[in-house]
Amino acid sequence: MENGNTENTEKPAQNGGAPPQNGNGEMCMSLNAVNKWYGEFHVLRDINLEVCTGEKLVVCGPSGSGKSTLIRCINRLEEHQEGRISVNGIELNDDLKHIDEVRREVGMVFQHFNLFPHLTVLQNLTLAPIWVRKTPKNEAEEMAMHFLKRVKIPEQAAKYPGQLSGGQQQRVAIARSLCMKPKVMLFDEPTSALDPEMIKEVLDVMVELAREGMTMLCVTHEMGFARTVADRVIFMDEGQIVEENNPEDFFNNPQNDRTKLFLSQILSH
Amino acid sequence: MDDSQQQQPAALQPPKIPWRRDPAVRALFFQGALIAALLWAIVTVAGNTARNMEERGIKIGLHFFDDVAPFSIPLDFFPFWSFTLGESLYWEVFVIGVQNTIIISVFGIIGATALGFFVGVLRLSPNWLVAKFAAAYIEAFRNTPLLLQLLFWNFAVFLPLAPPPRQSWTLGESFILNKAGLYLPNPVLTGIGTVIFTVSAVAAIAAIIAMRKWAKKRQEETGKPFPLFFASLAVLIAAAVLALLFAGEQVSFEYAELKGLNYRGGARLPLIAFALWFGLTAYTAAFIAENVRGGIVAVAKGQSEAARSLGLHHGATLKLVVIPQAMRVIIPPTISQFLNLTKNSSLAVAIGYPEVVNVWAGISLNQTGQSLVIMAMTIGVYWVLSLLTSAALNYYNTRVQLRGR
Amino acid sequence: MAGAVFTPIAARPAPAATVGALGWVRANLLSSPINALLTLAALYFAWKVIPPSLDWLFFNATISGGTVAECKTAGEDGLIVDAPGACWTFVKVRFLQLMFGLYYSGNLDQVWRPVLMFALFVGLMIPLFVRSFRKKLLLGAFIVFGFPFVAYALVHGEWLGLPVADTDQWGGFMLTFFLASVGIVGALPLGILFALGRRSQMPVIRAFCIFYIEMWRAAPLITVLYMASNLLPLFFPSEVDFDKVARAMIGITLFQSAYTAEAIRGGLQALDRGQFEAADALGFGFWKKSGLVVLPQALKISIPGIVNSFIELFKDTTLVLIIGLFDLLNMAETASRSPEWKGYDLEAYVFTASVFFVFCFGMSKYSQALERKLHTGHAR
Ligand SMILES: Nc1ncnc2c1ncn2[C@@H]1O[C@H](COP(=O)(O)OP(=O)(O)OP(=O)(O)O)[C@@H](O)[C@H]1O
Ligand SMILES: [Mg+2]
Repeated sequence: MENGNTENTEKPAQNGGAPPQNGNGEMCMSLNAVNKWYGEFHVLRDINLEVCTGEKLVVCGPSGSGKSTLIRCINRLEEHQEGRISVNGIELNDDLKHIDEVRREVGMVFQHFNLFPHLTVLQNLTLAPIWVRKTPKNEAEEMAMHFLKRVKIPEQAAKYPGQLSGGQQQRVAIARSLCMKPKVMLFDEPTSALDPEMIKEVLDVMVELAREGMTMLCVTHEMGFARTVADRVIFMDEGQIVEENNPEDFFNNPQNDRTKLFLSQILSH
Repeated sequence: MDDSQQQQPAALQPPKIPWRRDPAVRALFFQGALIAALLWAIVTVAGNTARNMEERGIKIGLHFFDDVAPFSIPLDFFPFWSFTLGESLYWEVFVIGVQNTIIISVFGIIGATALGFFVGVLRLSPNWLVAKFAAAYIEAFRNTPLLLQLLFWNFAVFLPLAPPPRQSWTLGESFILNKAGLYLPNPVLTGIGTVIFTVSAVAAIAAIIAMRKWAKKRQEETGKPFPLFFASLAVLIAAAVLALLFAGEQVSFEYAELKGLNYRGGARLPLIAFALWFGLTAYTAAFIAENVRGGIVAVAKGQSEAARSLGLHHGATLKLVVIPQAMRVIIPPTISQFLNLTKNSSLAVAIGYPEVVNVWAGISLNQTGQSLVIMAMTIGVYWVLSLLTSAALNYYNTRVQLRGR
Repeated sequence: MAGAVFTPIAARPAPAATVGALGWVRANLLSSPINALLTLAALYFAWKVIPPSLDWLFFNATISGGTVAECKTAGEDGLIVDAPGACWTFVKVRFLQLMFGLYYSGNLDQVWRPVLMFALFVGLMIPLFVRSFRKKLLLGAFIVFGFPFVAYALVHGEWLGLPVADTDQWGGFMLTFFLASVGIVGALPLGILFALGRRSQMPVIRAFCIFYIEMWRAAPLITVLYMASNLLPLFFPSEVDFDKVARAMIGITLFQSAYTAEAIRGGLQALDRGQFEAADALGFGFWKKSGLVVLPQALKISIPGIVNSFIELFKDTTLVLIIGLFDLLNMAETASRSPEWKGYDLEAYVFTASVFFVFCFGMSKYSQALERKLHTGHAR
């Protein structure tokens, strides 16, 4: 996996034989009774969650319910105070080495892209491979071009992020994460800062990524995407997981009143 | 086209504008009026000035440049261009003033930049106490007059506290501080020593440049990083040691020595110059620290989050993502602070450091009465400096401007 | 199947170590070993600096009596030495001088004039900070353009038939106040003109304004003061005679007008283009457009910038010391050089510094608050 192999991006991942619906059953990430406070404010309450390799999860819920906080805890942009989080068997605690390892395995895509405005698109993509993975520059650039082709904007490599459209920027951000060959991708509302046509460009890339077997945890309100891609949908409110189901049942037959209310609100227009 | 236009009925032709409402005529009128007013002002002022000067019996001109300056300059601090009472001419006084302005500004800029960046980073320290101390420093120095600070450092701190020569504070034999100033050893090179030292310095610099190139190439090819900073440091130290080994006998340091009531020899920075440097540095550093803080805060939080989520360490995040962006915000106002420091060095006149305002616009003007020429030259110096500063700023801005739509 | 009812898990208090005083100390002082070391170093520094300073400033200080003898004690060998603390007696005895200059400290029956002037000023300022007060603009305009005449009448005295205190007899904090106020008030109209001129379409006018603004900004204030005292008398017919204070005021006003112009230009630039276009669309001419639409908004946005440049000016008025005026700093210096109080310059500097600090710090906080408020108000 380490040395610039591109094959896992062309074929379905090693676990290709497993049914795409459920991953291959191998545990990739687990959260155990996780609690988090911002000062006195109890944001995450007793979160239990297990994700298998290759599985795709969609997280939704009302604003302020703690979705962003949850996925930011997974690569330790936020610290949790109680409970355990482990990713690929690495326990997330104050050990800096563990944090580094986890961050190398987990890619993250932000709502506002967070591309580095002082670097060209190509430099954005090669920065982490060169400085973290110690990849030679040529290889890093080759790989970067490969991923830029996959997100369909190889011609923008020499431009600066400020010169791209929002959809293009978000695709660059996805490619930037992919350049680190992550095993898991986290998406925090990747399309909510975009115009409708741009949303489609980005979702197409994400759907393709899902087909290839990437483990994905995605906060989004794009219900079409959830229906086609997700193995499981998680509904959060007030810092806890209210309901967890396959997309079919989640949308057609929600179990919880709170979920029904939420769905009726977001599907009403 | 022409035909069709001619055939148009009169109503469709562009109507003639009465001249009072024509913007072009108005513009011409206002600008003409301004020029006329300016000319009138210049002529009147010139006439008045000529008459007044005549009344005072002063002939405006540059003839006084070659007269001997009949006064001594308050503080004998002439590193490059020296002054001899009874021999030096007026134009040399000007040169000395400019020289001393530039010297104090250069050292002040170096000191203020170092201290300012240090305090600015402390201001953002996660340690609450440290951040508060830095904030207290910044607020205290920014919100009191510089002149007051200079007087304070000079008259209330350094002059009374610095000991007389016999009880100097010393650090080994090299640093001696007393009422007369700060003494440092003066390196003296003889014979081949000069050559060897120059050669080794050049060689060391060349080696460092070559090493940088090589390290960059190696990292690009193999991905292995190279500890450039420490390697460069090692090269510099090695070069110095080698040069000392080969030419040790040709170098000597002239140390200041107590002879009678005072120290002689060595390189001396008069206490007033030291106090001025200290005051300018401390004051300007507070402003630079605020720029630095602002610059770092201006880099969106998402930037370092993105870098960290890519796996970059804290240090790499700072070096590759935060600092390059913060610098774009920090450098322009900091360059303006450099100019401010240079302009502020003119306050030295209050404590008697011989810079251009003091010796030229002050003493020489009083002696000769040539206020017009002398003020024009003094202000000219600052105009040139500020033009250079804006040129530097423009160059920087066009070079690093973020490209966007 | 009827939906389950969502029953939220009750919020629990955060672990004790992360909140409250303990959590605060952990997060802000001890978050890492380096941080803990820094805390120790900072505490050591504070212990070394703060108690001795407080001792000098307050606990060992003298303020009683009225002669220098109060500030002396008998040393070990019976010699008279300085007491260990500050000698505020000095500041107390010379207080009137420091505040109002030599004329008023010498004519105690007239002191009520500057006192009344300052009292009026403070009284007029207070409503500006009262939220519910409606006529802020009117009052502000009066303070800026009307009050200076009242102040001059009171302190100078000629217009009111009082004993005349000529401007060159003004001194102390009062002089500092006048220099700074005249500077800012006089600079405002000039600054507006030059800011508008700098954005003009007419090349000659624009060039002239740029030249004017940059010329002043490039020169240090001290050279401007030298010019004012040396060149100004040359430029006018010899019958016209300005005293030293008036010359300084002219120099400061012209100097300040360039900085005010730049602050206002900042406001003009921050203004939405749409405002200019809307004014054009309404068919306003240049003066109507500027006066009714552009300036009211641009001036409001540029208040923080103007206040900041005023703070710099307020500090810089101390430079008149160099051309021999007795502002607060020079008064304090001179007092501490007088035969009686020789050697108390530290007290003089500390007192002066605190006066400046109170005003400058207050104004800069005000300007920051205003900036924040305007920033949210004009979010686009
Ligand atoms: N740094 C912080 N300090 C204090 N409170 C915070 C912080 N970040 C988030 N919160 C609070 O935590 C709660 C959860 O925030 P979070 O960003 O996770 O919500 P979210 O579900 O992502 O909402 P949205 O859909 O609006 O993005 C919110 O009530 C928010 O106000
Ligand atoms: Mg969110």
